[in-house]
Amino acid sequence: MGKDAKLPETEEGSVLFNLDPIIVKYHYEIDYLHSYAQDSPFFAGLAKKKLLGSRCTVCGYTYATPRGHCMECGEPTAWVELPLEGKVHTYTTCHFGGEAFLKETPYTLILVEFDGIDTLFLSRIVGAEPDEVRIGMPVRARFLRNCKFRPTDVYFVPL
Amino acid sequence: MRPVYMISGGITKFAKAHPEKDFRLMVKEAFDYALADLPGLTRELIDGSVCSYFSDHFTRQLKAGAMVQDYLGLCPKPSRRIEGGGATGGLCFQAAWEAVASGRMEVCLSMGFETMSRVNTWKGNEFIALASDTNFDYPVGGFYTGYYAMMVRRHMHEFGTTVEQMAKVAVKNHRNALHNPYAQSPGELSIEDVRSSPMVATPLTILDCCQMSDGAAVAVLASEEVAQRLSSRPVRITGVGCGTDAMRMADRPRGEVILLPHESAEEYRDLTYPGVHSFRGGRMAAKLAYGMAGITDPARELDFVELHDAYTSSEIQTYEDLGLCRYGEGGSFADAGAPFLPHITYGLSFSGDDRWRRVPVNPSGGLLACGHPVGATGLMQAVFAFWQLQGAIGKHLGNDTLQIRDAGRGLIHSHAGTGTYITVSVLERSE
Ligand SMILES: [Zn+2]
Repeated sequence: MGKDAKLPETEEGSVLFNLDPIIVKYHYEIDYLHSYAQDSPFFAGLAKKKLLGSRCTVCGYTYATPRGHCMECGEPTAWVELPLEGKVHTYTTCHFGGEAFLKETPYTLILVEFDGIDTLFLSRIVGAEPDEVRIGMPVRARFLRNCKFRPTDVYFVPL
Repeated sequence: MRPVYMISGGITKFAKAHPEKDFRLMVKEAFDYALADLPGLTRELIDGSVCSYFSDHFTRQLKAGAMVQDYLGLCPKPSRRIEGGGATGGLCFQAAWEAVASGRMEVCLSMGFETMSRVNTWKGNEFIALASDTNFDYPVGGFYTGYYAMMVRRHMHEFGTTVEQMAKVAVKNHRNALHNPYAQSPGELSIEDVRSSPMVATPLTILDCCQMSDGAAVAVLASEEVAQRLSSRPVRITGVGCGTDAMRMADRPRGEVILLPHESAEEYRDLTYPGVHSFRGGRMAAKLAYGMAGITDPARELDFVELHDAYTSSEIQTYEDLGLCRYGEGGSFADAGAPFLPHITYGLSFSGDDRWRRVPVNPSGGLLACGHPVGATGLMQAVFAFWQLQGAIGKHLGNDTLQIRDAGRGLIHSHAGTGTYITVSVLERSE
């Protein structure tokens, strides 16, 4: 037993914004060990400059953004290579965004539609000014040379 | 299932920031307001609660609902958290309805909050965007205003909707809120003001979007026996419905319209649905709620609507999902002045198109002007609808400008994600 026990003092402090009420800075950060799990082949495909969608093995419904099981009937899907050319289904140019993307503004998001594919694919378009993008505009997929295994490894340019 | 009534409600002032109060104290204020508004309603009479808040990231606290429960002195009664993105509040209201309808509770407290001021706006946008697919959507530049901008761009393409029609929604809701002291951002705007404000994601300007807020709201639901014993003006919940859609809007099918009783397949022969221009989940929620409430022609049978206008564009899209007008007519419906209050001057000229009965939409000011503290928002709508149906707007807002004369039946609508969870509840005055 030591009645003179003491915690050591440290030189760390708090960032204080306000006193009444007291508002301090609180930092929080996480590194996940994130698994793409059954979506993994899509990201592997990006490294091979392929865009992989999925087709239902039973009803044939075909997804531009892949999923392991069919949303229409619940059966398993099979991987299918998408065409690399499509059309702009809709678009927007973001002048603001979440903190992670603020430095990239303005950027233009598009939903891409492909012939014969039932659903769409979210991506960015580069090489077109915001006022040049139109619904129905033909676009072609391009891939980063150095794959980051993120959906931004593919993007679209005007055809 | 047995009849369920709303017997009291309370809200805090919605504001950009309430740093002097944490989430527990905000809910406590709304709760105390609800208790004070109904003499005879005591803490002891409450059998349990459901608590809604959207993001643990905003709160920096897991299981925050448990802290609200103990702060309000409701331990050891039952409670649980309800979470479903933007629809969190509407889902919470319906969870309380379920608790009473099933006979599990006589009186259930639904309580909700959000403290969004604890991070900067851009970090807040990031938290909200994490409620989109984090494998495929969020990393591409995930931003909810961007998603809604793409949806309305397609709505404009399909139906000829204009940015001026959207701006009229902002004018309406901000003007209505001038008479609502609980609102965060009332204002006298013009179409020009909306269009010349900073562009967020084309074509949506900052005045097309709701703001982040701190706030809380509660609604107290009770059985018929308790409602009739405690209240001279209980409001009956006559219909509840909920619908869903795919998380990724890229996955939305293009098929056939889900029809309401007053519609026919013939009139939508050429429409692909829902695509990214309509909310199938909202239509499903409406269909279920109308079925339960016995509503066959909503535009003729509703006296007002409080809907989830996170964006001016989504208010227009939602007119259609709720069947206030046909799909494709939302912009013209706004142009005609149909969703505007009859006795307020908006500084707008209306088209004179008389195809639609006037159904005031968001008389409170909606999310655009009241603010959107996510977990509280759907309950805030319930409280405003409750006060409307009690004829008590003057009592609670300090003036009765927003009181709809003889309001007998109102609808509240809560909406998550790009339309992933949507609730519709119908409330009626009981004599
Ligand atoms: Zn299938």
